[in-house]
Amino acid sequence: MIGVELVKLVRRPRTWISVILTCALPFVVAVFIAVTHLTPPPGQGSAFLSDVLQSGALYPAAALAMVLPVFLPVAAAFVAGDSIAGEATMGTLRYLLVRPVGRTRLLVAKLIAVTSYVLLLIIAVTVTAYATGVLLLGPSRAGAAAPSVGSGSITVPGVGAPTAGVSPGAGAVTSLSGTPLSLLQLAERTAGAIAFIAVSMLGVAAIALFLSTITSSALGAALGALAALVASEILVTLNAATVIQPYLPTRYWLAWIDFFREPIFWRNIDRGFAIQAVYVVVFLGAAWANFSTKDVTA
Amino acid sequence: MIVTKALTKRYGEVEAVRAVDLDVREGDTYGLLGPNGSGKTTLVRMLLGLVYATSGEIEVMGRRMPRHAREVLQQIGALIEQPAAYPHMSARANLALFDAAGPHGLAGRRSRRQRIDEALEQVGLAGVGRRPVKAYSLGMRQRLGLAAALIRKPRLLILDEPGNGLDPRGIADLRELIIGLNETGVTVFLSSHLLAEVEQLCTTVGVLDSGRLVLQEDLAALCAPTGRVLLDTPDADRVCAMLDGQVEQRNGQRLLIRHADPAELNSRLVGAGLRVQAISPHHRTLEEIVLSVTGTGSDHIGRPS
Repeated sequence: MIGVELVKLVRRPRTWISVILTCALPFVVAVFIAVTHLTPPPGQGSAFLSDVLQSGALYPAAALAMVLPVFLPVAAAFVAGDSIAGEATMGTLRYLLVRPVGRTRLLVAKLIAVTSYVLLLIIAVTVTAYATGVLLLGPSRAGAAAPSVGSGSITVPGVGAPTAGVSPGAGAVTSLSGTPLSLLQLAERTAGAIAFIAVSMLGVAAIALFLSTITSSALGAALGALAALVASEILVTLNAATVIQPYLPTRYWLAWIDFFREPIFWRNIDRGFAIQAVYVVVFLGAAWANFSTKDVTA
Repeated sequence: MIVTKALTKRYGEVEAVRAVDLDVREGDTYGLLGPNGSGKTTLVRMLLGLVYATSGEIEVMGRRMPRHAREVLQQIGALIEQPAAYPHMSARANLALFDAAGPHGLAGRRSRRQRIDEALEQVGLAGVGRRPVKAYSLGMRQRLGLAAALIRKPRLLILDEPGNGLDPRGIADLRELIIGLNETGVTVFLSSHLLAEVEQLCTTVGVLDSGRLVLQEDLAALCAPTGRVLLDTPDADRVCAMLDGQVEQRNGQRLLIRHADPAELNSRLVGAGLRVQAISPHHRTLEEIVLSVTGTGSDHIGRPS
């Protein structure tokens, strides 16, 4: 059944169109920057973007920061929101269930397909952004000024960071803390960022999947999950809501930027992973509880 | 094959299915009739474990449902209301997908292509090609739905309104297919509101009305001769005079006469010099039987009395 869900994902034109569109935005931005050599001043625009002219190898991080607020959550919410509700609307849900595919099994297969889709999307953005960055923006320029993070405000000095073995210059990128990062370190940290963002998107997907078992409208489920995110974003910036902020789904969304500090600033990353894990477990549990006891009348 | 005891489904205040005791025997072709909204679809969905019963028991192939759904459903082919398929894929891709989704999806891989070809052949879609299903006509979709039900070579077919969307040729093909499958030992349970379809096909008939099973009987017994004779004669007046008291109904030249043996009656009439145009034993039609036991159906909204 898991294989079947993956086949359905791969054979759906929607999957590839959304991947292409999501990769297109960072590409277009890179073209503009390469042509004009204009980047947003530090502290403005999306994270890392002010620094990409120093090193094209930093462009994947900049690209992820670009697609994270809207593109990724929208894509994750739509695919997850469609997963059960879409089958119900098409009428294929009842035929899968009498095949028979156990309801828990179906839900697990859907979850795996959604996870694969989110990973595919993030990795595609990273890979195309790396290629664009290196080709259009050029390799890193040694000795350039230390970049500063666009939206983050915490700067952690790289106290005692083991930077031995890193030859400044050839291919090295400077961390947000001012110390140089080797390409290997950069790759590791990008992988960490991909994992963190993927887990954050799974949090969104879990909410959408739960809603997808309640309604037979795929659109409703997706928009419901996005509405939850918008509400969370509003509360995150509201001082009066400080008490609940640590528990909001989008509170630690940007913590992956801390992977690019030297040393890695783990506190918010750990909290981000933890809070998303809770959201995933709670909403998947709710989705399972609802779907496995529900009358399928669609 | 299918036995239910006091099967009931309540949606809030509404009782969609009330205390139904269904009995479908192995080898039967069972036709479930009933007006729209009488609970046919809810009943079918409960048999398949899609809808959970409020109370009562279901046993299919000797096993409790929905507890043993996994074992039982493997041996059932089902068509539930409209057929459904992934619109951007071809018929073969759809069948392969559904077949792979079920249990033994991997084990069935070797024989899959052959089983798909056989199923498509059975429903008359052998030459269907690679067009995506979204380009199919209603009748082709219905045939594809049937193929999906047949692909695992089921012991029991549960078909909800299988004639929907089919043209007369399609209905005839369907009838032939069902009779053929039944002859190879497949038990068929179908719901329909097309009386003619059921009358030509089924050995047993059940009638649902407002969620109750108001009739369950062998079709042969239901349609047995009623002990009356139907007579067409130009000499209706003289026949009435001769058979005083035995004529139950008269409609122009057509008479309904209480008499068990048409051949004997015929020779008596001819012997008396009366002309006979047509004479036959009288049967009740399925329509008369169903209408006599059912109400008006949920989509007929009469004036409040």
